[in-house]
Amino acid sequence: MSYFEIILMLDATLRLATPLIFAALAGLYAERSGVFDIGLEGKMLGSAFAAAAVAAVVYPHLGGAGWLSPWVGLLAGILVSVALSMLHGFACITHRGNQIVSGVAINILAGGLAIALGRAWFARGGQTDQLGNEQRFTAITWPGAETIGDIPVIGPIYAELISGHNLLVYLAILAVPLTAFVVYRTRFGLRLRAVGENPAAVDTAGISVPWMRYKALIVTGVLCGISGSYLSIAHGASFVPNMSAGKGFIALAALIFGKWRPFPAFFACLLFGFLEALEQRMQGATIGGLAVPVQLFQAMPYIFTVILLAGFIGRAVAPRAGGIPYVKER
Amino acid sequence: MSGGDRTQPGPGGGAGPGHAAPAAPAGDAPPAIELRHINKHFGPVHANRDISLSVARGTIHGIIGENGAGKSTLMSILYGFYQADSGEIRVNGQPTPILTPSDAIRAGIGMVHQHFMLVYPFTVLENVVLGTESRPLLRETLAGARAELERLEREYGLEVDPDAVVENLPVGAQQRVEILKALYRGADILILDEPTGVLTPQEADDLFRILAALRDQGKTVILITHKLREIMAITDNVSVMRQGQMVAHRKTSETSRDELAELMVGRKVLLRVEKGEAQLGPVILDVEGLDVVDHLGVRRVKDVSFQVRAGEIVGIAGVSGNGQSELLAALAGMTRPAKGHIRIRGTDVAGHHVDARTMRALKVAHVPEDRQREGLVTSFAANECAILGYHRAPRYNRGLFLDRGRILGATRQLMQDYDVRPPNPFLPAANFSGGNQQKIVVAREITSDPDLLLVGQPTRGVDIGAIEFIHRRLIAMRDAGKAILLVSVELDEIMSLSDRILVMFDGHIVGEVPQDRRDERTIGLMMAGVPLETAEAQAHAAAGAH
Amino acid sequence: MATAEPVRAPAWVRVGLVPLVNLLLAFIVTGLVVLAVGENPFEVLRLLVRGAFGYPEAIGYTLYYTTNFIFTGLAVAVAIHAGLFNIGGEGQAYIGGLGVGLVCLYLDFLPFIVVLPLAIIAAALFGAAWAFIPALLQAKRGSHIVITTIMFNFIAAALMVFLLGKVLIKPGQMSPESRQFADHLFLPKIHEVLEPVGISIGRSPLNLSFIWALVCCVLVYLFIWRTRWGYEFRTVGQNERAAVYGGISPSRVTIWAMVISGALAGFMGINEIMGVNHRLLLNFTAGYGFVGIAVALMGRNHPVGIVLAALLFGALTQGVAEVPFDIPAIDREMQQVIQGLIILFAGALEYMVRPHVERAYVALFRPRRQPVAAE
Repeated sequence: MSYFEIILMLDATLRLATPLIFAALAGLYAERSGVFDIGLEGKMLGSAFAAAAVAAVVYPHLGGAGWLSPWVGLLAGILVSVALSMLHGFACITHRGNQIVSGVAINILAGGLAIALGRAWFARGGQTDQLGNEQRFTAITWPGAETIGDIPVIGPIYAELISGHNLLVYLAILAVPLTAFVVYRTRFGLRLRAVGENPAAVDTAGISVPWMRYKALIVTGVLCGISGSYLSIAHGASFVPNMSAGKGFIALAALIFGKWRPFPAFFACLLFGFLEALEQRMQGATIGGLAVPVQLFQAMPYIFTVILLAGFIGRAVAPRAGGIPYVKER
Repeated sequence: MSGGDRTQPGPGGGAGPGHAAPAAPAGDAPPAIELRHINKHFGPVHANRDISLSVARGTIHGIIGENGAGKSTLMSILYGFYQADSGEIRVNGQPTPILTPSDAIRAGIGMVHQHFMLVYPFTVLENVVLGTESRPLLRETLAGARAELERLEREYGLEVDPDAVVENLPVGAQQRVEILKALYRGADILILDEPTGVLTPQEADDLFRILAALRDQGKTVILITHKLREIMAITDNVSVMRQGQMVAHRKTSETSRDELAELMVGRKVLLRVEKGEAQLGPVILDVEGLDVVDHLGVRRVKDVSFQVRAGEIVGIAGVSGNGQSELLAALAGMTRPAKGHIRIRGTDVAGHHVDARTMRALKVAHVPEDRQREGLVTSFAANECAILGYHRAPRYNRGLFLDRGRILGATRQLMQDYDVRPPNPFLPAANFSGGNQQKIVVAREITSDPDLLLVGQPTRGVDIGAIEFIHRRLIAMRDAGKAILLVSVELDEIMSLSDRILVMFDGHIVGEVPQDRRDERTIGLMMAGVPLETAEAQAHAAAGAH
Repeated sequence: MATAEPVRAPAWVRVGLVPLVNLLLAFIVTGLVVLAVGENPFEVLRLLVRGAFGYPEAIGYTLYYTTNFIFTGLAVAVAIHAGLFNIGGEGQAYIGGLGVGLVCLYLDFLPFIVVLPLAIIAAALFGAAWAFIPALLQAKRGSHIVITTIMFNFIAAALMVFLLGKVLIKPGQMSPESRQFADHLFLPKIHEVLEPVGISIGRSPLNLSFIWALVCCVLVYLFIWRTRWGYEFRTVGQNERAAVYGGISPSRVTIWAMVISGALAGFMGINEIMGVNHRLLLNFTAGYGFVGIAVALMGRNHPVGIVLAALLFGALTQGVAEVPFDIPAIDREMQQVIQGLIILFAGALEYMVRPHVERAYVALFRPRRQPVAAE
């Protein structure tokens, strides 16, 4: 593999890791507040559909302001994801329902709704209309990328790896330190972590446990919405049925693998993104005459996570109050 | 409420239940806290019954009572965690509605809960500021808080590193963090709920020094405990609770351990059970040097040795929380002892992989202390509860299947023999009253025909009729030549049933009460940790003074 | 007493009426979705019912889907009785099907009567094995079983893609499928079985595994409620401390409950692989494993309830599949929408509806509080 090919691999890694980063951070807020969220996948699908559908539909109406349409799409994606997140909160916080069951319901419901509505509205078998470049977040070429690109070693890094991504990719990378800052350096973050560890302590300190958790779920909804929108209006150019293809669960795995911390989760997303890039590259490749089992790369994130959960590589300790509805003890 | 009222005021004075005038505050300043006619129900349980209490400013006021007497509920009401069904709270003379913990904090009330309300992965400083952060950014808040925290630590001698992570601190230091939290919030009135339950004696002494310092600085402290030593050591006034009621108020200087012990435990109107001389058989249970460590790593049972013979009832007296529960659980095979020997008819089971099933196979039956959480599955029908622990016995199985006919037959028989009402084997256990639930458990264990019966709190929450019934059954069993180990916090129960009485305090067996010294005064003193000889002498002196 | 226990509604309200109300809510919301795509919900409902029950073949298809849902619903229910949430039915069914396929592919020199029991055993063993690892990790290392079973679903999917694409694929073929099984190993269809005895029903994929599903219902009922092992499962599920008091090992129950759960999920492979597809292929589980959660929730973890709920979901699956012939805008995803809503209302929001329904019942039919017998 040449140097340039390695750069291209890393470039693909970044692109494939972006939705994982958003979704893993989304999960981080929910789970750090003590609400398990296995509904990341469903929220991604829902927002991917909403973003693509709205971006396609509003474009003709915007006239000269057509460049706004990806932003309107993104907003729609975020709104749908937040709505699903609030549904999760309504079931799990207000009505103290089972967080796992609620997550399963949201995954199935969102997946079904996206396709059912898409099929009816766009009549393309569940797919939405193909988006033109103005309707999407497209690659941003950094100044001088073409000239610097010819410089050996550093050139390709600048031209391919740093330059040439769409806005959301950069946003994802910014979201990591931002999340770390919010979680570890702000009042909100302190209360967020506290409510996921010992809600009774938060309650006795005079802070509302349900409201704290709702706030966390709103952030989860926003981030998950960006993640889903990225799939359909940045990385892709339309909504395709089941386009999240388990990414919500890989993000969940990355979150666990990162032990519910922003930077480790980010690196886990990069690792899992890299595995996916590798898998795409190795498709059909052979080593010593034997076909490379690319499915092994697919399964790797899940296998890693199971091994981690089994406690064989360090201990992944979930937020202590995770999964348990808060009820004042008698 | 009617039916369960079987208490009488303690013998030590005329203070009846209710709102007898509490110790008058010094001077004319209004009391820091005044509770008037507080009532609280949890479903059918009347947890606090017309409670009135006055706590003078600048004093340490003890509230003593057994587990389940309603102390914690009362304090949770004062802290706004629960709301009273009726009654009034006054703070510094002003009627103050306290609906949430925030209201309590605003009124200057701070609380140190029995289970710490700490976020364990956080630092001390982070725990202290949680909920009071003045700025959106932590750094600014923490800088201000650090100075204030250091001032408080100096002022009250509460040493703890502000940057230490709480889960790495010893329990005593964690408790200091809780106190600091309250002070940081500007508390003038500090409530401590069973603060020494998790402390070593040295840590407890440190705590008492801190509490004295707080009082000397003008703070008011309410100390909830079931330990007499603490009350005597540190409080100015003491109020005694029993079964949801306030039964007495005393100045600490004018009362004594044994009076308080009697007030706490109360005297139940029990019919003396007729029983003859014990016909002693061979040793069935032989415990030697037993140590039990709980899941928190605290040593709960310390070097305990004793024997129980066939044909006798050995009673273990003690204020609850002194290691009796852990001892019983270890003997029943539910937890593994850390050290020592448990021999059943000579077979040593400690150190082997034992569970409750192996113990039952050795003919050890067990009536657990907490029937709701251990002895029964409340959602199961009575007939299913009647086989718990014996569900593998050949008598209840036919081939692959449970023998429903036999199980139902046995349940009906058991319900008839033990007068369980209603005698419906299909009714879920949750729908029976406490007494009838207990009869099911006792019947199940006795009818399994054990050689040794372990019994914990057999009559807790049980009505008077069922108490008598259960007591007669236990005597009948002893007369049939079985060994019985009885753990109870009811002194009267221990005294009327036991052939021999051992007293447990702080994980140790303080001693065996001699046959000729079986009076409440001696046992009460032993329950407070006083060794037998001293207790005898003191009791004797007290008796002579009368 | 000031706050006595509220007057209880009879059990059938909780067991029967509340699920129906939840179902109704799910249908109402689905109706709104149908409206949103510009169609008439009542027309859709009419077509759906006709599609599911309107003619003999339709009933056959409905029961064929029902078979899958019975297996996956039982799988979820058995685990729940032991207090475990097995969300891995999908993967366990997938691997169970692999077991069936391997037996049929490599033991096809044996007569059907020998292969059938072997296939059933293989389905159980493979499904159980896939549940065993998460169970072991939960029992011995405390790994959260929900997460590990989800992960195992994906690992199963990757494994199957690999095996079918690289190992079991029929040589010279593009699509990742095995060769077809030998003819004599096809599990007889019900209509084929009934023809010789003079009963003629429509042709459908409904096969003998439906009978096995019903047998499993009986076996699960007997096991859970009539044996000492089932008693131990339920005790652990209801009250772990009481289980320890009763000498029952929670970790042993965890492992056995998951193994049995996985085996039941694995049986789905008999229906799909040996009964209908007659070869190994990708994605034959089609989400049935997840629907098992809804089936168990609706059926309140009781075999009778599970059969009824499975029938409901079977009818939905088949009925919805028929609707697009008349209304192209409605496709099978509408069934997914209903499933999601049912899980939402009957599962996640179970505490929302229940108190209202019970209170309404008490208010309507028991206007006067009956004197409670003094205890």
